[in-house]
Amino acid sequence: MIQFEHVSKSYGRSAILHDLSFTVPDGQFLVLIGPSGCGKTTTMKMINRLLEPDGGRVLIDGKDIADMNPVELRRHIGYVIQQIGLFPNMTVEQNICVVPKLLKYSKEQSAEIARNLLELVNLPYDQYAKKYPSELSGGQQQRIGVLRALAASPPVVLMDEPFGALDPMTRETLQDEVKKLQKQLHKTIVFVTHDMGEALRLADTILFMNGGKIEQMAPPEEMLERPASDLVRSFLGKHTVSESAPIRAEDFMRKNPYKVSKDRGVLECAEMMARSGVDTLLVTDENDRYLGVLPIRNIRLYGRTVDSIVPLITKEVHTIHAEDDARETMEYLVTSQDNYVVVLNSDETIAGIITKNSMARVVADTLWGEAQG
Amino acid sequence: MSAFFDAYGALLGRSILIHLGYVLASVSIGLVCGVILGILLSRLPPKWSAFLLPVLSIFQTIPGIVFLGLLFLALGMIPATVLIALCVYATFPILKNTYTGLSQVENRYLEAARGCGMSPMQILVRVELPLALPSIIGGLRMSTVYTVSWTVLASMIGLGGLGDFIYQGISSNNNLLIVAGAIPAALMAVVLGAILDWLQKKATPGREAVS
Ligand SMILES: Nc1ncnc2c1ncn2[C@@H]1O[C@H](COP(=O)(O)OP(=O)(O)O)[C@@H](O)[C@H]1O
Ligand SMILES: [Mg+2]
Repeated sequence: MIQFEHVSKSYGRSAILHDLSFTVPDGQFLVLIGPSGCGKTTTMKMINRLLEPDGGRVLIDGKDIADMNPVELRRHIGYVIQQIGLFPNMTVEQNICVVPKLLKYSKEQSAEIARNLLELVNLPYDQYAKKYPSELSGGQQQRIGVLRALAASPPVVLMDEPFGALDPMTRETLQDEVKKLQKQLHKTIVFVTHDMGEALRLADTILFMNGGKIEQMAPPEEMLERPASDLVRSFLGKHTVSESAPIRAEDFMRKNPYKVSKDRGVLECAEMMARSGVDTLLVTDENDRYLGVLPIRNIRLYGRTVDSIVPLITKEVHTIHAEDDARETMEYLVTSQDNYVVVLNSDETIAGIITKNSMARVVADTLWGEAQG
Repeated sequence: MSAFFDAYGALLGRSILIHLGYVLASVSIGLVCGVILGILLSRLPPKWSAFLLPVLSIFQTIPGIVFLGLLFLALGMIPATVLIALCVYATFPILKNTYTGLSQVENRYLEAARGCGMSPMQILVRVELPLALPSIIGGLRMSTVYTVSWTVLASMIGLGGLGDFIYQGISSNNNLLIVAGAIPAALMAVVLGAILDWLQKKATPGREAVS
């Protein structure tokens, strides 16, 4: 249990936090949200004493953390930062095992931990343990960042906008994984974000901050039903709309997927994927019409043998049209192995992409919308 | 040619070894001093280092001969004088690169390290120094290559080394002697540099080499 008791903090003359009091029960997923600069990071960093309050106290399990050794304290609190911060001089396994090593776990024990955790996020140990962070995509790196925070089984994990820099598709996957891990491992998680969609999806309780004060603290459903102020309402924005039934595909596809023209080089495409952390690019012809997709697997397998990406393109992905009925798509995504379908405009140019995750979110929004109306 | 080697071969071999000995000794000492001073300098508030680093750079540009002359006056014409001068000059590039390497470690790594529960010493040893290593080895390389040529100074007071050949060659107008001293010295610089380049690659797996 984490308790803030009348915590305040100033930098010079400007007060950043004002008399902040709240409690996070064990096993709860608390999301801190609010406008930029409202004090979310400052609040979070007080929990592992990267910052000290000027007034008030922070207690963990009833004990004032000011009385604990900060270095020791941090070894028992997981910490994930937005800029990932995997140590580039260490392998994936060494990164994951930083805290176990600090706590003097045996080598075998550490290796076991790394193996189990990697398994948990579907990164096979034998394939990934000895890689360096620079060899991973952004999404994979942040997965490892999360595992590093979990390695020594801390009861409390802090995450400061951990997925802010990732592309939407990877972000949603990681959100699902984190939520799953939290349920599985019964962690108390304090999670900072400025994305209300993310907060609604993850939180047991949302703590909405503004100007260093609590604007509203409530479970997602309650916040959706009774936003405490116009500011909260504006943050909830589109998530409160209650019209039901987004029926056409274009209503819930993701626009602006990563796409390339077919005359781009293999290397260029590989770099683009690495940069944006995706494993597939959509490919268009000279008239911007959809040709197929370019999976990274094909680049890995055959990329060295060809000059152009054309022979690497596959058409095996399901496509639908923007104005099509969405129910078929849902049906298809639920029953097939595919993770996404490509949405095309009537002139065969690319309109967007629908993933399992984006679908689930719309369904959830619709349900909430109905519950509210 | 073979007559030359008959006459000078043994001496040349000995000179190369002596030369190498001076280089290794002074660079090793320079490495220890440079890294320690670089770490200390990086722990000072930025205001201090902003002042100290330029001062050190000016010191470094004092010509070796002048510095050596001053040391002679202070200490006398003894081997220690030359060694001290060589060590001091070997220290500079390493000191500077250690400092730059450490100050370029991105804040996110420091924050992650603190957040993981590393003590300041653990952060230094496990994160900062490994990340600064390419830069430190870059400094070591510079220092080694320079020291190979500065060591020629050692011969000025008859301490041996390849400079002997060069000075003798100049004073007796014997080009062969000059070449016999210069080529091994040049090769030594190239070979040591290559070894350090290789070391730099080995020391930084998973990262781009920085020099
Ligand atoms: N080291 C600092 N010195 C002065 N002001 C700071 C410092 N760190 C943060 N602040 C200020 O404190 C406020 C809250 O910062 P922060 O907690 O990082 O906000 P958030 O994470 O909600 O965006 C901001 O207005 C920021 O400018
Ligand atoms: Mg912040």
